[in-house]
Amino acid sequence: MTDGIRDKVAILGMGCTRFGELWESSAEDLMVDAFKACLEDAGIEKKQIQAAWLGTHYEEVNVGKGSIPLAFTLKLPHIPVSRSENFCATATEAFRAACYSVAAGAYDIVLVMGVEKLKDTGYGGLPTGAWRGIMSYMIEANRTAPGSFAQLATAYSSKWAIPMERIKDAMAHVSVKSHANGAMNPRAHLRRPITKEQVLKAPMIAYPLGLFDCCGVSDGAAAAIVTTPQIARSIKPNQDTIMVKSLQIAVSSGEEAFHDAWDGAHVMSTRKAATKAYEEAGIKDPREEISMMEVHDCFSVTELVTYEDLHISPKGGACNDVLEGFYDLDGKIPCQVDGGLKCFGHPIGASGLRMIFAMYEQLLDRVPPERKVKNARLGLTHNLGGIPWMNICALSIIGRG
Amino acid sequence: MPGICASGCYVPRYRLNRGLIYKATGWLNAGNIGNAKGEKAVANHDEDSVTMAVAAARNALQTVNGLNVNGVYFASTTMPYKERLNAGIITTAVGLPDQVIAADFGGGLKAGTTAMLSALDGIKAGSVDNLLVCAAECRLGKPSSPQELIFGDAAAAFVLGTDDVIAEFKGSYSLTCDFGDHYRGAQAVFDRQWEDRWIRDVGVEKFIPEVINGLLEKYEIQLSDFAKVIYDCQYAAARKSLNKKLGITPEMEQTHYQAQIGQSGTAQSLLMLAGALEEANPGDKILVVSFGSGCDALYFEVTDNIRKMADNKPVTAALANRAELDNYTKYLTWRGILPMELGLRAEEDLWTRYSAYWRVRKTVLGLYGTQCKACGTPQFPLHRICVNPECGEVDQMAPYRFADRPGKVASYTGDMLAASYNPPAIYGQIIFEGGGKYMFDLTDCDLDELETGMPVRMSFRRRYHDKKRGISGYFWKAVPFREVK
Repeated sequence: MTDGIRDKVAILGMGCTRFGELWESSAEDLMVDAFKACLEDAGIEKKQIQAAWLGTHYEEVNVGKGSIPLAFTLKLPHIPVSRSENFCATATEAFRAACYSVAAGAYDIVLVMGVEKLKDTGYGGLPTGAWRGIMSYMIEANRTAPGSFAQLATAYSSKWAIPMERIKDAMAHVSVKSHANGAMNPRAHLRRPITKEQVLKAPMIAYPLGLFDCCGVSDGAAAAIVTTPQIARSIKPNQDTIMVKSLQIAVSSGEEAFHDAWDGAHVMSTRKAATKAYEEAGIKDPREEISMMEVHDCFSVTELVTYEDLHISPKGGACNDVLEGFYDLDGKIPCQVDGGLKCFGHPIGASGLRMIFAMYEQLLDRVPPERKVKNARLGLTHNLGGIPWMNICALSIIGRG
Repeated sequence: MPGICASGCYVPRYRLNRGLIYKATGWLNAGNIGNAKGEKAVANHDEDSVTMAVAAARNALQTVNGLNVNGVYFASTTMPYKERLNAGIITTAVGLPDQVIAADFGGGLKAGTTAMLSALDGIKAGSVDNLLVCAAECRLGKPSSPQELIFGDAAAAFVLGTDDVIAEFKGSYSLTCDFGDHYRGAQAVFDRQWEDRWIRDVGVEKFIPEVINGLLEKYEIQLSDFAKVIYDCQYAAARKSLNKKLGITPEMEQTHYQAQIGQSGTAQSLLMLAGALEEANPGDKILVVSFGSGCDALYFEVTDNIRKMADNKPVTAALANRAELDNYTKYLTWRGILPMELGLRAEEDLWTRYSAYWRVRKTVLGLYGTQCKACGTPQFPLHRICVNPECGEVDQMAPYRFADRPGKVASYTGDMLAASYNPPAIYGQIIFEGGGKYMFDLTDCDLDELETGMPVRMSFRRRYHDKKRGISGYFWKAVPFREVK
């Protein structure tokens, strides 16, 4: 019987670039920038890195296939480098692999890099992808990410008999809150606060999601160096050690897509992964114990149902929590404390590590007082790849000591 | 005796007021005003002759469920494929097995009746029991041409056989001549025609009497013996003169739907026949005359079985299922005449891999999934391991056709980001009666009319068009089910 990853791996250092439409930066530039910051934070030299994982999703439009792009760019000296790809959960997946390799005792110090360069496609939104290979155009609906997630809202409204107006009101609150947080963050892409009125009056992207219900796409990279708790304490004796408390991943089985039982109003994999994550981290009551979260707010409605799927808001009750400010920066569990995907955009392969970075800098008290979460002890990240009926949910919980 | 077992038709939902066309193009050809009356039926952006034929065929087949159909004859001058059997696509789409005969009939506009005659001959000879004959047309007139105003898109279908026929086939008379009234060369997109007055005086007004008289003489009957005389001619003055010359009374004349649909080529006389059968009584004699590179005249006698079909009014139902297409440029865009900008997202290469398609052709064309023999769960598309989490049996699957099952909308959206010829792209999760679900495109509807729980029916549509290679790929979409009032 396994006892999980809890307290077996520490984060020695992290680095995160500014996210945005970085027309002047290549994927290589972004990797070098994130790596430089990460290495400096870790307080080690490059030659101490024994293995590396690269997370990137749309290799066709940016960095290329395999692990070569990372090894070439950083001139890693013939060490093992692997590429991991798992839709939007790619970076958390790469992080998981690196942590497991340390926990297994295979390596002492491992680098994880998440990077994506999306702004070379020529249009907004994600590239049209053949998600199911060559079957995609033959039998898939002509759909996009916003339209796929938007249906959570129509199904949710129908399941809980909550009028769409109230759902839109709660979704607007979600986006307004994230923009308020992002406005204070120099790394964020969108740095302007918005009003609820702006959100509700914005052009429709995919009913009922308007422009401000959707995160944008951007370029960015984030990196982490993980090691054993002993090494972390020896290198940084005067600093809190940031420990990995849980890493969970759950992947859709096809039940959501093809079996009638799924109601379309929640994400099954998030519920399963969350239950296991709390068990692994030793959390009995997440609503009381989690200090802050960074969830996969690709769309405001995703964030809304995720509150329930993480077993924090009661089922059918997320709108109430949201509108009461439960997830605001000064609420019980501040969410998207850095601005979220909403303000950072979503360079697929980097987002999971950017979320962990947001928790990391809060746990180490490295943020200015105006966006500081009080008494941050445990931070949860939720990184969701795919669409509501076909997805990968990757969760991490990190904490002090 | 061979005859008609069932009739069906399909008229696309969207109708374009001819006044709108004239308003946009009349400045160039003011003389078109004479044809700018009524409306024309316009295929949706995801429809073509094959999809319309499938719709008409399913409409006919539903009234004779379980009949053993041995083949499909398809007539059209606007088939999406020159090489690749169009009737073969229809065969799988309507759920027939591979072990059937199928053929495409093209060229002249009388190909619809010729396909029907060939089918009746085969049945008469005893080579086949029942055949499906369908004709569909989606002809293009150049913007501002009379044809653009006159033509309409539609399809008709008949199940022919020997058992319980509603109309017995009594005989025929044909005329074939190379009369170049309308023509399209191998590379032509638009119809061309010679002078109307010549077509009318030398074609219509000569050929139609000749073929009718030929038939009357051959079977020694009088035209006055017929309850209905169907003939393809949209010239009002010529119809008047022909009716007078031949002795066709207003009661005998069958409407040609010019004001509601438009001239539908190979489908025209067959559509009129489907309409005539709606009103027919036992013992009625019906004469059907097509026109185009000659004429076919077909002579039918309605039987007592027509009473069993009293509720089947396919043309009336199709005409009632209509929505205004209030935009001429939308019509031009849907037909590919106006190259509108759909954004970079629409420039994705849509390359059909035929070997991969072959493995899933029943799923793609026939909407076949599987049903688990162990737990009974229907599931789409093809699964080897049962998707029911309580079951999970391996290789216990039987083929299961979803195409004819009613469904309901479980969730939906209207997507402005997806590249579409009719934004927003509407799609949603459809749950089938009896089980099974999938995310389908919705078509022939507006976002405003959708709600969860709404009943839908499946419709065979064009899923994509690969412009680079001239390939149309097909799949099924959901259409809101509307009670015809």
